[in-house]
Amino acid sequence: MPQVISIQPVTRIEGQARIDIHLDDAGQVADARLSIDALRGFEQFVIGRPAEEIPRIVSRICGICPWMHHVAAAKAIDCCFTVTPPPAGQLLRELCLVLAHIHDKILHFFFLAAPDFLFEPNSDYSVRNLMGLVQRQPELAAEVVRMRQLGLAMLERIAGKATHPVAAVIGGFSKPMTEQERQGLLADGRVLLDFACRALDLAKKRVFVRFAEEEAALGAIRTGFLGTVDDQGNLRFYRGRLRLMRPGGDTIDFAPSDYDRYLAERAEPWSTAKMVYARAWDEGFSLDLEAPRGVYRVNTLARINVCDRIATPLAQAELEAFRAGFGRPAQGALLAHWARLIELVYACERMLELLADQRIAEPLVRTPAEPRAGRGVGQVEAPRGTLIHDFTTDDNGCIVRANLIVGTTHNIAPMNMSVHRAAATLIDGSQIDTALLNRIEMAVRAYDP
Amino acid sequence: MSEARRPRLCCHWLHACSGCELALLNGGDLFLDLLQLVDIVHFPLLLDRKYANDAEGKPDLPPAEIGLVSGGVASKAQLELLRTMRGQCRVLVAFGTCASHGGIPALRNQWTVEQTLGTVFPEDERSCSGGFDPEDWLDRVYAIDEQVEVDLLLPGCPPRPETIVATVAALATGHRPQLAEKSVCEHCPTARTGSGRMSVRRFLANADYDPEAPTDSMRCLLEQGLLCMGPVTVGGCGGREMPLCIRARVPCRGCYGPVRRQGNQLLDLLNVLASKGIDHRAIVDRRSLLRFSGAHGLLKPNIRER
Repeated sequence: MPQVISIQPVTRIEGQARIDIHLDDAGQVADARLSIDALRGFEQFVIGRPAEEIPRIVSRICGICPWMHHVAAAKAIDCCFTVTPPPAGQLLRELCLVLAHIHDKILHFFFLAAPDFLFEPNSDYSVRNLMGLVQRQPELAAEVVRMRQLGLAMLERIAGKATHPVAAVIGGFSKPMTEQERQGLLADGRVLLDFACRALDLAKKRVFVRFAEEEAALGAIRTGFLGTVDDQGNLRFYRGRLRLMRPGGDTIDFAPSDYDRYLAERAEPWSTAKMVYARAWDEGFSLDLEAPRGVYRVNTLARINVCDRIATPLAQAELEAFRAGFGRPAQGALLAHWARLIELVYACERMLELLADQRIAEPLVRTPAEPRAGRGVGQVEAPRGTLIHDFTTDDNGCIVRANLIVGTTHNIAPMNMSVHRAAATLIDGSQIDTALLNRIEMAVRAYDP
Repeated sequence: MSEARRPRLCCHWLHACSGCELALLNGGDLFLDLLQLVDIVHFPLLLDRKYANDAEGKPDLPPAEIGLVSGGVASKAQLELLRTMRGQCRVLVAFGTCASHGGIPALRNQWTVEQTLGTVFPEDERSCSGGFDPEDWLDRVYAIDEQVEVDLLLPGCPPRPETIVATVAALATGHRPQLAEKSVCEHCPTARTGSGRMSVRRFLANADYDPEAPTDSMRCLLEQGLLCMGPVTVGGCGGREMPLCIRARVPCRGCYGPVRRQGNQLLDLLNVLASKGIDHRAIVDRRSLLRFSGAHGLLKPNIRER
């Protein structure tokens, strides 16, 4: 008898999702789907609002990465109002974005993902979690908690409000950094970089060694990738060109404002989330596991794949070692965790670079703006992937149209493929237990949706 | 003799962004201390406990002494979860502004569900309107106390980590939680002279202040002519220190909800402006004054300004 097995909710992810696995008469996987239930209608209710208020509204799309939406919207409205922030305004925005990446990556790796690798695969759910980690390894857990807190405290010193922030404003930033603050932040930033390097070493020894056994089941999809690079092909989070890579490694670069010529969105009757596919490849859209069409991934692994190099030395050395092991592009889904910690090192190094730039403490942080009609596309790399905000304003500087493509939207299609692949590999007519279902969820967690 | 059982804590999110849950984790050491005081029995962000594993597909949530619900209620499935949680929790807390007053997602209440679906899924990219069936949705976004009895409102977008931890700790030990009751202005150190500009401008240029000088030398932002929701918004965002937006030198937008019990942040602010002789006609998009409190029927479709 056909049967549907549901995993509801998918847990230890930063949003709300469920998995439905459809079994045929023989108990084989006929299909498996991931659905995300999150229609809140931001594209509707920003209509009519004064555009300069938008960065403080769209931050609420995500309580874990509000800085990404806050900054992407500020960049977009800068374009609508044709205003250019002064250097300090740009640097402060990027610094906050990078700091937000840091505490997010620590959260995702240690609080959400690591329990799958640090505990035995069959351990009970009541143990396999952060609270279990606190019991079993109190020193590690306490350090992780304190490092996140340090990153958040640094954000509060720079921007007043760290969660659902307010300091990125149209034309720049709301408050300059004093020289004294800069010196204090540099000292704290070095502590975070030291932790990031130790975290990566620890993960290599204790977590990534388990990838070999999981990889075959959970990683076997082949897609393209999308991320942001600068003119020299360096990995960037705050600004740059978008680079779309085919599964074989060929790339095209384009300006973020041209995103709708290269990417397209579509809705499917079985999904509550829209999906995005590579229009530029001109091959349509298909989730066929053996021959997908138009499917690419975003997020840590995608960025590590599309960039030619990383402009900071410690992260670059890690990238070279990663590529020596897995090639370019690396396709395994779980490798996103490894890429996440390489990016953590990059983010810490980049934070120190920004703080070492004395222009960041210049008093002029904002260029005054005038409301006007226009269109602006603001793009940043969020922890979850490429984030695109596209707004159009009327003569009074109020929003008349909005299109938002968030990181997870790009990944809906490949996540569905990964879930399908994992389910098909793991379920072969044998006993379906919670340990098995958790391994299917691990395929989703790697994407950090 | 068995050890006395610790109070159980159940956390669940509805029409929410996960910012409230993160705020709890952001307590850092305080959060670790809280783990000594309560047992977390359900918390999808951290714990692999599922709820749809009973035969009828009804949500299966565990009994708990303390329940925290974040987010408002927008769908029938969310309503089912909320009702189940009410039944299972001895004390139910509206965790954050969305649960307490609707929050940002209740801005959608200015449009019908059908209008919103039409905007989010435009014709040209729709093979159908996604997997959304308007029948699964309620007519608007509700605060949770519109649907079930709620024992405590813990507003904030997000609430302060130490306030969340202190509230849960108080409930766990049988004490009355202490929450701020005064307005943001009562917590704000900026200099007020009682007179100021007679109009309000949009926030298109920074406030006037000396970044090297303490905040109490900055003039009140409303007196500088910037629209600020401080007078009608409940304080507490900065804990014992100044409000967070003021630390960033930007005006308050009301994210903790009304200071007056069942207050209306739009009408209350217009009253404040009138009492100060400030001309409100310069405000663009007045309904935005209900940005965080559009539930309870305050924001409705097709209300025209003026």
